[in-house]
Amino acid sequence: MSVKPWRRRVGEFMSRISVTVDGVSYQDDVEPRTLLVHYLREQLGKTGTVVGCDTSNCGACTVHLDGRSVKSCSLLAVQTDGHEVTTIEGLSTDGELHPMQKAFHENHALQCGFCTPGMIMQSIDFVQDNPSPSDEEVRHGLEGNLCRCTGYQNIVKAVQAAASATAAGTEGGAR
Amino acid sequence: MIPTEFDYHAPESVDEALRLLAGAGDEAKLLAGGQSLLPVMRLRMAAPEVVIDLGRIEALRGVRDDGESIVIGAMTPHFEVVESALVHEHALVLSEAAATVADPQVRHRGTFGGALAHADPAGDMPAPVLALGGELVIQGPGGQRTVAAADFFEDYFTTALGEDEILTEIRIPKHTGWGGHYEKFTRVAQQWSIVAVAAAVRAEGGSITEARVALTNMGSVPIRATAVEQALAGTPADADSVRAAVAAVAEGTSPPSDINGDADYRRHLAAVLTRRAVLAASGA
Ligand SMILES: Cc1cc2nc3c(=O)[nH]c(=O)nc-3n(C[C@H](O)[C@H](O)[C@H](O)COP(=O)(O)OP(=O)(O)OC[C@H]3O[C@@H](n4cnc5c(N)ncnc54)[C@H](O)[C@@H]3O)c2cc1C
Ligand code: FES
Ligand code: FES
Repeated sequence: MSVKPWRRRVGEFMSRISVTVDGVSYQDDVEPRTLLVHYLREQLGKTGTVVGCDTSNCGACTVHLDGRSVKSCSLLAVQTDGHEVTTIEGLSTDGELHPMQKAFHENHALQCGFCTPGMIMQSIDFVQDNPSPSDEEVRHGLEGNLCRCTGYQNIVKAVQAAASATAAGTEGGAR
Repeated sequence: MIPTEFDYHAPESVDEALRLLAGAGDEAKLLAGGQSLLPVMRLRMAAPEVVIDLGRIEALRGVRDDGESIVIGAMTPHFEVVESALVHEHALVLSEAAATVADPQVRHRGTFGGALAHADPAGDMPAPVLALGGELVIQGPGGQRTVAAADFFEDYFTTALGEDEILTEIRIPKHTGWGGHYEKFTRVAQQWSIVAVAAAVRAEGGSITEARVALTNMGSVPIRATAVEQALAGTPADADSVRAAVAAVAEGTSPPSDINGDADYRRHLAAVLTRRAVLAASGA
């Protein structure tokens, strides 16, 4: 396939988008080619969402779009016009961690922490559909998230702990 | 990396999308879920000058009952195909196959129509559509036409779609009361099929009355195993009988040889997976 980079001056074509991110509405001009993850990190300063690969495989960039998990590196910012995005930075309320964040903390479900934002966002999506998952089901539900430190065992424990804490209604008593 | 620059359009109707497509000629790319297109644009293996996003055309999304068939809009995401009660009831193998695509995040964005138009030989949606005798509804400047799945897939990543055409919906004849199973073989998580088999089976009193079988990644296009379908009709739904009936399933296929296995290995896999798929689909 022919590749023709730098055809035009940067900034010649901009699109105006209205998007709600972590509960705040924004109106911004973006280049159509801007990936959602770059809009979040560079334009909004929400660096909690990270890029871990160039091939749409690792899931580190996972956010929620209208309540469902998506890879923000595989979405254009313009595609979110009129929609609602939640990132890892929008999970805690009044300084109180989300039960899934708490469970990751308490179960030592991170080593370097690079995959963690994506793992947590995907885990929240997953337990919405499956509130009392088996080991096998958690592993399958996190199929799109890679941990280069390979700390999967504790991640599975954390997801199950958060799921049962939520089911028991014990506000985050994930243990 | 980020993609090269392009003009972006987000039309709200198919007519408007067709006009934009005609105006832009071969510099344009349609964007569906973007789960195949955006990764290659990020790697700059594709650099369209115009991107026409179908995401705002509501009419292209959803599953409906149309009497003899169910009709699935091209922009219906994989996860909605999986969750659709209509698909589950009338086209079980399709719902099973959609559940094996990629990972949850990709299934939330990637679409049924996009996966068919993309026509990756290792993609999971073409084989079940072929097995169930699906028809693809296409709109172009000259109006609407319908292409049978058997004629739609022409070669690696090549379909009957013209550059000025849009796949709008897919009609799947109802297979109500049939069992269905998609048997996908992979080595690691989130992998494309090394080989996979789509089977739909109607069984009565422990015996197979009718079967539909199609193969993923056993050649440049999905392959309908008609000889095996005939051999299965009237066969008892037990492991030995089914094994014998499907033994020659790989005959005449030209599977690829690559890092995941050579062609002979794939031929062997095809017979094993077909037996498993057919047995599971017949409830045995
Ligand atoms: C990590 C990863 C793993 C994956 N694993 C699998 C897998 O295991 N099995 C599998 O089957 N797929 C897999 N996929 C691909 C996924 O299924 C895609 O959703 C699918 O291939 C393309 O659908 P899309 O809606 O994203 O299309 P897009 O990427 O938007 O488009 C793909 C192509 O089709 C064209 N197109 C799209 N819609 C239309 C239309 N309505 N009319 C005409 N042309 C159209 C586009 O112009 C483009 O050329 C994977 C993808 C990723 C990122
Ligand atoms: S950055 Fe790896 S999947 Fe998005
Ligand atoms: S904790 Fe290091 S990548 Fe997962």
